[in-house]
Amino acid sequence: MESIIRKDDADRAAAALADPDAARACFDWQEARALLTGLPGGALNIGYEAVDRHVAQGHGSEVAVRWIGKDDTRRELTYADMADLSSRFANVLAAHGLTQGDRLFALMGRTPELYGAAIGTLKAGLVFTPLFSAFGPEPIRTRMEIGEANVLLTTASIYRRKIAAWRDEIPSLKLVLIAGDEAPERCVALAPALAAASETFEVAQTEPEDRALIHFTSGTTGKPKGAVHVHQAVLYHAYSGRNALELTPGTIYWCTADPGWVTGTSYGIIAPLVNRVTMIVDEAEFDVERWYGIIEREKVEVWYSAPTAIRMMMRAGAGAAAAFDFSSLKFLASVGEPLNPEAVTWSHQVFGRPFHDNWWQTETGGIMIANTRAMDVHPGSMGKPLPGIEAAIVEREDGTLRQCKAGKIGELALRPGWPSMMRTYLHEQARYDKCFVGGWYLSGDLAMQDADGYFWFVGRADDLIKSSGHLIGPFEVESALIEHDAIAEAGVIGIPDETAGEIVKAYVTLNAGYEASEDLERDVRGHARKRLGPAVAPRQIVFRKTLPKTRSGKIMRRLLKARELGLPDGDISTLETDET
Amino acid sequence: MTPQELKAAFIEELIKVAPDIEADMVGDDDHIQDDLELDSMDVLNLVTALHARFGVDIPESDYPQIATPALAVAYLAKSG
Repeated sequence: MESIIRKDDADRAAAALADPDAARACFDWQEARALLTGLPGGALNIGYEAVDRHVAQGHGSEVAVRWIGKDDTRRELTYADMADLSSRFANVLAAHGLTQGDRLFALMGRTPELYGAAIGTLKAGLVFTPLFSAFGPEPIRTRMEIGEANVLLTTASIYRRKIAAWRDEIPSLKLVLIAGDEAPERCVALAPALAAASETFEVAQTEPEDRALIHFTSGTTGKPKGAVHVHQAVLYHAYSGRNALELTPGTIYWCTADPGWVTGTSYGIIAPLVNRVTMIVDEAEFDVERWYGIIEREKVEVWYSAPTAIRMMMRAGAGAAAAFDFSSLKFLASVGEPLNPEAVTWSHQVFGRPFHDNWWQTETGGIMIANTRAMDVHPGSMGKPLPGIEAAIVEREDGTLRQCKAGKIGELALRPGWPSMMRTYLHEQARYDKCFVGGWYLSGDLAMQDADGYFWFVGRADDLIKSSGHLIGPFEVESALIEHDAIAEAGVIGIPDETAGEIVKAYVTLNAGYEASEDLERDVRGHARKRLGPAVAPRQIVFRKTLPKTRSGKIMRRLLKARELGLPDGDISTLETDET
Repeated sequence: MTPQELKAAFIEELIKVAPDIEADMVGDDDHIQDDLELDSMDVLNLVTALHARFGVDIPESDYPQIATPALAVAYLAKSG
């Protein structure tokens, strides 16, 4: 076991939350409210809190976004620039007849326009939904259908390759905005539209409970779920950004997550801007020396990253880091999947400070459990609940819940009521209701709490796969696989991988007339990648004559997984046909 | 190996990792991540495959040198 990393008095004194245990004991949301400004008459708007109020309060000349392009081009946007860009974007939406409550989907790389558009969408009172730009057409379409998208913001290349073929089959879609100067037919080019729009816009007077964000997350069965978040969530973005990530005004902060996922929105757009930091945005993908160079050159102080990236840095070795100066770093945090203890210890040695793991979900909208700056780090633990958050390990028993004792594994549960909690799953009230039992929200994660109060992740309680920090629903992958002519049935599981945490593996049976072969394996994998994109598609496909199934015909993923891992089969009383 | 043979072998390994790519659509200067849409796990798998085929160890810091078929051919010729 890796040894505990103790914090000294200087670290504790510098922390936003100097004494988390004391703060937990006398927490009051009213104090957190002081981080916000608000609009007249009790209205609250995330876009206003993130940008416009800072300008109104005399901070317009401070840098909001320092953007680094793939080709190392640099662009700085002050808070005044962000206010201007987002107001223009809001005016473009209004000019096309879009109004409060309409839904905008964003699907593009990390450019300044994306950040301006996100804020502009919120200022206009529209609901913002980011999608991961490496998704294939299938996940994009499913999410736009469920979310009844009215506007899509994307690039010409993504539009031609992934959208154009089925655009007309989304009846709600009124406007497609294309980043840049030119747009394909029936789309609107964003750059000239922004240039022509006014730079002033009156922020929509949204109520705290009005919808602001919809983030899609995967389910084990059925379609992806759209977790609905409201403007009130900004209170928690502000509070948790300050206390779990040390985001104070002027801090130089780099969140490496893409805004296509919830981390990249909550902590890659909203929390940092609300806390008036300078955000670093890198358009390029992970590259170890590029990343180290950015920390050194931009003097990054707070760095929020993910286990897969950290493990890739470990693979590159301490030698790759030796040439760089990391002395600007004050606080490092990690999220997406559990950070293994070796990675915590390694980062402490290489960067002089450890990565602090934290835990939350799309549904919770913000960080729930964290190792904060003042806390001693127990490597491998996700930390303790932030003040204001009540968490417990519970066990289901006859439709009620029982809290587990320290050291016992159970389901991680949270007491609802914090501001950024999802308000529903879009059009799926029943699925939402099922998340709550006996006054607790059940996270679906298995965990344990030790005698010191630290929480430790154990695994998922369901079949969801966590690969490179992304939650992948096996059903969505299986559905795409069986669309291939050769495939009769598919069972999809996650198998352990030392870099990605898990990778997606598919077990498939073939239709009559098809023979298993290397060529067919490649053809099916290629099909899945085209439909789903590389992050979601299986990396491995194996052919079987039959799959293990229950009497009701359900494929037993759990059994496939137990066998893959060399574990006992467990309860197989429902097994009707076995794998051959 | 000639540069042509190296290129053919590189593209063959590339397509094993990412079979959604069609060999005759790959340009010499296509970036494997930006243009051909490999993700970082794909890149790791490609590096493993190139190691198995050519016996070259490609350290993380050299990944930019295999980012396009043209760059990779030059790199593999030098390393091989």
